[in-house]
Amino acid sequence: MNLISDALAWIADPQQWQGGDSLQLLIGQHLMYTAWAVLIAGAIAIPLGWMIGHTGKGREAAMAVSGAARAVPSFGLLILLVLLMGVLHKPEAALLTFVLLAIPSLLAGAYGGFEAIDRKTIDAARAMGMTEKEILFKVEIPLGLPLLLGGVRSAVLQVVATVTIAAYVNLGGLGLPIISGLNLRRFDMVLGGSLLVAALALLLDTLFMILSRWAVPHGLRLQRRPSANPARMLFRKPAPPMQRQER
Amino acid sequence: MTWIAENFELIASLTLVHLRQSLVALGLGFAISLALGWVAWRVEFLRSLLVTTTGLMYTIPSLALLMILPVATGMSAISEGNLIVALVVYAVAILLRSVVDGLESVGPEVRQAATALGYGPARRFAAVELPLAGPVILSGLRVTAVSTISLATVGILVGVTNLGYLFTNGLQRRIIPEVFSGILAVAVVALAIDLLLVLLGRALMPWTRPAAAKRRSLSPHTAGAGEAP
Repeated sequence: MNLISDALAWIADPQQWQGGDSLQLLIGQHLMYTAWAVLIAGAIAIPLGWMIGHTGKGREAAMAVSGAARAVPSFGLLILLVLLMGVLHKPEAALLTFVLLAIPSLLAGAYGGFEAIDRKTIDAARAMGMTEKEILFKVEIPLGLPLLLGGVRSAVLQVVATVTIAAYVNLGGLGLPIISGLNLRRFDMVLGGSLLVAALALLLDTLFMILSRWAVPHGLRLQRRPSANPARMLFRKPAPPMQRQER
Repeated sequence: MTWIAENFELIASLTLVHLRQSLVALGLGFAISLALGWVAWRVEFLRSLLVTTTGLMYTIPSLALLMILPVATGMSAISEGNLIVALVVYAVAILLRSVVDGLESVGPEVRQAATALGYGPARRFAAVELPLAGPVILSGLRVTAVSTISLATVGILVGVTNLGYLFTNGLQRRIIPEVFSGILAVAVVALAIDLLLVLLGRALMPWTRPAAAKRRSLSPHTAGAGEAP
């Protein structure tokens, strides 16, 4: 426990919050890498996942590619890309690694959200005369939102955890105190950095937990109370007149 | 390619070490998840507590966990045991949820039927509930296996040798084929174990074989999707 108090003392030391490698700078770098990686990956994977979910085509291919991508160690990929793209393009190599890391979760969240929708709902929308575009934007996307957000959440957590290794190729982030602490045998630094990354991940996780509650469409929230389910009331058969008279 | 051919022995021996570390972690993680999952499923008030706490463990970055764990366990950070414990923590974080989900997917009428046939709790668990939860648990185990094998490479950053050695060494010596062979070896090991798990699942759970799955997927779900104008 002594080590933990040392680590906390290291974090609390005002020296860590000043200068070129100050903690707020490292936290900022860490968050920037995460945000950009998830944004770029989202711009690619979410429309693609929606397309797969809407048409039902290419699902097998997407699953195979995602499965294979998960088997690639991001630490190795980062080093390979740094070597291939050259020392001058290190940040781009790192960003590409994190984008590739985030894509499988986002893709699965996007098409998984569509697949979880009851087919009857989509058939009903089509029967009501909605165009394919309306079905996509007014039915499938809102109903798929909770699962998509789950995918974004796991992508963010994976990227936040992995950005730590960017420091191994001198790209900063909260991995810096961990890796330089390892070399200097300064365990207060190592543990301090580790605690900060874990805290950052927990913070983001909590944020997503709150967001995911808010993302459930209004109609689905109603459905939890059976009596207030508008669909069920619509489809309920009217009581035959004979029975009404008997009462 | 010449680098890979010349150093094939090194790659092979590192692959074996890597495989040993990940399989031990996977086995331990599976056993712990099964035990904890059973407890979480039987004891209502522990369920969300256990699933949430272990789920939160997954948010701790691996490099951080590898450094925090020695403080708790007293092990040396650079020991193989430390890496294995860390991998077990992550394995349980993913698997426990699958085990609980799988057990919950067993319908109450099946359980009642088994009880009515005279099955005691232990035999009912082993003969009825666990096999029926099998497909869900297997899919969790496959994700866990692939991520454990890929994650183990981070061990090299704290000094535990495995296939991750090819990454750090390749960067220091600027040998691209070395790094590439490391990635390839990890991916091959991961996909091989994944395939093995699928085959094992088919052998142990014959009712989930593709023929049965194909019949089930002819539901309006896929049929409707193909008809979209």
